[in-house]
Amino acid sequence: MPLIKMENIVKEYPMGKARFTALKDINLSVEKGEFCGLIGPSGSGKTTLLNIVGALDDPTGGTAVVLGSDISGLSHRQAAEMRSRHMGFIFQTYNLLPVYTVYENVEFPLLIMKMADKDRKNKVNAALEWVGLSDKRKSRPGQLSGGESQRVAVARAIVKRPELVLADEPTANLDAENSHNILDMMVKLNRELKTTFVFATHDEKVISYLRRKIHLFDGKIVKDEPARGKE
Amino acid sequence: MMRFLIKGLLRDRSRSLFPVLTVSAGVFLTVFFYNFMQGVFADFVSSNARFDTGHVKVMTRAYAELADQFPNDLAILECGRLIDELRGMKSDMLWVPRIRFGGLLDVPDEKGETRSQAPVLGIGANILEEGSQEKKILNLEGALVEGTLPRSADEILISRDFAERLGVKTGDTATLIGSTMYGSMAMYNFRISGMLRFGMVALDRSTIVADIEGVREALDMRDAAGEILGYTRDMVYSDEKMTELAEEFGRRFSGSDDEFSPVMLPLGRQRGLGEYLSLVKSMGSIIVAVFMVAMSIVLWNSGLLNSLRRYGEIGVRLAMGEPKGALYRRTIAESVIIGIIGSAAGTLAGIAISLYLKYVGLDYSGVMQNSTVLIPNEIRTDVNFTSFYIGFIPGLIASVLGTAFSGIGIYRRQTANLFKELEV
Ligand SMILES: Nc1ncnc2c1ncn2[C@@H]1O[C@H](COP(=O)(O)OP(=O)(O)OP(=O)(O)O)[C@@H](O)[C@H]1O
Ligand SMILES: [Mg+2]
Repeated sequence: MPLIKMENIVKEYPMGKARFTALKDINLSVEKGEFCGLIGPSGSGKTTLLNIVGALDDPTGGTAVVLGSDISGLSHRQAAEMRSRHMGFIFQTYNLLPVYTVYENVEFPLLIMKMADKDRKNKVNAALEWVGLSDKRKSRPGQLSGGESQRVAVARAIVKRPELVLADEPTANLDAENSHNILDMMVKLNRELKTTFVFATHDEKVISYLRRKIHLFDGKIVKDEPARGKE
Repeated sequence: MMRFLIKGLLRDRSRSLFPVLTVSAGVFLTVFFYNFMQGVFADFVSSNARFDTGHVKVMTRAYAELADQFPNDLAILECGRLIDELRGMKSDMLWVPRIRFGGLLDVPDEKGETRSQAPVLGIGANILEEGSQEKKILNLEGALVEGTLPRSADEILISRDFAERLGVKTGDTATLIGSTMYGSMAMYNFRISGMLRFGMVALDRSTIVADIEGVREALDMRDAAGEILGYTRDMVYSDEKMTELAEEFGRRFSGSDDEFSPVMLPLGRQRGLGEYLSLVKSMGSIIVAVFMVAMSIVLWNSGLLNSLRRYGEIGVRLAMGEPKGALYRRTIAESVIIGIIGSAAGTLAGIAISLYLKYVGLDYSGVMQNSTVLIPNEIRTDVNFTSFYIGFIPGLIASVLGTAFSGIGIYRRQTANLFKELEV
């Protein structure tokens, strides 16, 4: 069974009296372990689609089954539960919590899951090691560079070993070197932990890493192609 | 989780320090204002009690009905015996006889003919007797502006304004023309030993104070008194206790229909002071309500600013899978903590200042001319049990309400929208 299965997804937004259609008849399925991206110009609907996958938004029409659950049928609480157990998010603006240390930022999703103290400690330390920031555990986000901040965000997204990581323009605020660092790390995670990644991006650097490119234009999938991807 | 959030709360000054300061400032004002008003009201009640009503007043039934006219023909006879009985019934209270009287005060010239004359209101109290508390109760020493207190029964104190009007000086003689207890005309010469300020225009216009023995002599009222006033030793009036005492007294002494049988009225049942007392009681709620609304608005606004600032955090927490309801509840829990800490700080500060003013007092005699019989020359606050919790009501409620209101926007908004907004 695919990890994500979308059938005839439509998303409309009310716009004054009329309605604006942001997604038109999307059909898509993503298997476990994929490393794929939604690619398209600004306003093509990438974020909208990613939000539906993340159960942050309901589609207006069609069915979206993610990790075995029909998104439209989920209550707020169930959707939250699903995000908490199985999904990680990475944002363009790292969105770290400024008053907490690096360690605490990474710990936060585990607290939401109500994980026991000892497990939590091991997981956080492992995640920080993964992203190479063990020595910055006590720093505050304000003391980190952009690249380091995004690595903390990655650690925070993967600390609970989610099946699915959704990353919306993760490199938009990073220079080339840091972008490659982050992407290398994600590729490694994908290979070693079989974590599925779905990106939304128009950054060439990201695109060059993808093993599947799903092109969006004006709310429709216009091309869905396998790619070699960088190892 | 809560520990984690509190850690964040403490580190984020604009989320903890500012609201705590707002709450404690508001709570401080609430507590202080409450204590201050209690003090002001207590002063007012106390001057009434000291000058006029006592904490309880005993009169004959007939006198009570016409009390405004001081009908001394209806006075209590054998007043000494009744006072003994009152002492036996309630030994921990002070019992003092008083005679209120009206008449004319006539000032003669050298030839003994009338130089000036005016209506007078008089108060006869036990000021000469050894160990009597009346000098203190009437604040005679504090209010004396000229001369000395009476040293014999035929000496009186006179209000200075009244003296000026009559054109008399300390040491002069004035004749009281009134009526005796039995209805015949009374004329009695008093020597003016000193002058007083009463602190209220109506009284300063025409009041004299004399020793009760002198008044008895003048009005032929041997062992009689118009009124017997009772005071608790700590001079604090308790409406419940005094009402209870008056009822007990009624059962014991006023059983018969005899119009000369004594009745006891608590302060709360004299001169409309009862309504005043219930106003004092509801004042606490009024102050609390006002500050609660004001503080809620301030905290609501700061809560709104804060949640704008915390958009990122809120979005991230939702994305990480924290249910919206839990997020809202935890935010409210934070506001409860803020409310408790702020209220505790504000209450402590408010009570500290109030206690200082209660025991030390703020002496404003520099601004006012002098102390008077009615108004002591100090602002004094009153601290009671209510002072300790009254601030927590507006403090906690405002903190929670402010947060709840500002949080509703977030709660109502679509998760996806929040999420989008935070990406900008
Ligand atoms: N809440 C909303 N109400 C109305 N229209 C919306 C809303 N959210 C998105 N849209 C519209 O839907 C379209 C798709 O938006 P979306 O954010 O998915 O684009 P995107 O591909 O992620 O663009 P970008 O690369 O700039 O992030 C846009 O035209 C946008 O204006
Ligand atoms: Mg987007």
